[in-house]
Amino acid sequence: MTAKTDKIDIQALLEESHINEVLDKLDQDLVGLVPVKQRIREIAAYLLITKARLQLGIEAAKPSLHMCFTGNPGTGKTTVALKMAEILHRLGYIRQNHVVSVTRDDLVGQYIGHTAPKTKEVIKKAMGGVLFIDEAYYLYKPENERDYGQESIEILLQTMENHRDDLVVILAGYQDRMGTFFKSNPGMSSRIAHHVDFPDYDENELLEITKLMADSMHYNLDKPAFDAMKDYIQKRKLQPHFANARSIRNALDRARLRQANRLFNDAITHKKDTTAADLSLITEVDIRASRVFEGGIEAKKT
Amino acid sequence: MMTNPNGIVTQGQFSFLPPLTDVQITAQINYALGKGWALSVEYTDDPHPRNTYWEMFGAPMFDLVDPAGILMEINNCRKTFPNYYIRVMAFSSVRGVESPTMCYIVNRPKNEPGFGLVRQETNGRNIRYTIHSYATDKPEGERY
Repeated sequence: MTAKTDKIDIQALLEESHINEVLDKLDQDLVGLVPVKQRIREIAAYLLITKARLQLGIEAAKPSLHMCFTGNPGTGKTTVALKMAEILHRLGYIRQNHVVSVTRDDLVGQYIGHTAPKTKEVIKKAMGGVLFIDEAYYLYKPENERDYGQESIEILLQTMENHRDDLVVILAGYQDRMGTFFKSNPGMSSRIAHHVDFPDYDENELLEITKLMADSMHYNLDKPAFDAMKDYIQKRKLQPHFANARSIRNALDRARLRQANRLFNDAITHKKDTTAADLSLITEVDIRASRVFEGGIEAKKT
Repeated sequence: MMTNPNGIVTQGQFSFLPPLTDVQITAQINYALGKGWALSVEYTDDPHPRNTYWEMFGAPMFDLVDPAGILMEINNCRKTFPNYYIRVMAFSSVRGVESPTMCYIVNRPKNEPGFGLVRQETNGRNIRYTIHSYATDKPEGERY
């Protein structure tokens, strides 16, 4: 080997792939999730170095890229999967910057002989990009021996092995259930190189998310509304089916609904003129009206 | 024959060229996908040029973005019907076109017996000519 080919400009590789922009955007767009961001950075760095090694001929085989994202609902697994696809695409590990997001229903059929074509159809669609399987643990149902999920898993495993250059599979789900899933499918576990765990958001992070979301919808929350939101988050966290950022989104959507209703009633009763600022302002009233403050769904029933 | 030195069936695109490699097929698929055409795989064991209705191997693949999925299907078809004619079609759904825009053979039987010229005498000592594939003397599925 000559001295010329011995050297490789990592800096140039970095700039060429614009990977830093994606990572910075990841930092900006996502609140909290520090360990996740750290892991993504590590993976990105690893992939970049592997790419350099491949170019120099030190490394022969492409690294395994299949991943598993575990965490509670609403912790940003899908969002990060989209970003991951972008990173992989920029580094040239996948040809298309696209994510096909599926769940058990898209993969598993209802009768014998239905599953394989269905799974293959999905795999064909995802080829060249990322296949994101949400709630992947549902694929395996240990209580039902004749469940067709197993068939789907076998086809997936085969593709993960044979089409490593064409497809990256990302599994997502709750941590404990994914643990059982991997225990009963050791083949799956050994083919997944990167396990990333998504922590829950704390209250401050959720508040920050509220602000980001409201901004993206072009709404403003005034100070009392924010305080109300703080109370709301504290109360909502203790109630069942809390889904982190998704709950916040739902809460904001309902607040928008109530705000619209309030403005509508004001207009009918001619109480006051509506200004542009009013249209994008969510006030304390809109949030305090939530049933979460009355003890949630359970309390309403009784 | 001077015009067909290889003695193989020539129809569709690229049929006078040596068989396409997988890399070349991928490039052709990429071109079709770039145009927004839907690819499909078809097979037959009746090589007559007027046989336009080949059997479909699976449904046409409408919403694929990457050639790998289609190449996978082609290879599946080759595995299932190693000794058949297999072609790849690209369908354009553009209003006013709505028809196949590309079509090329990606697999053919190892041995192609070719065609015989059939003469039919009709009224007034007229002769009608047609071609007949030797392969189709045998029933479907046993031809190659």
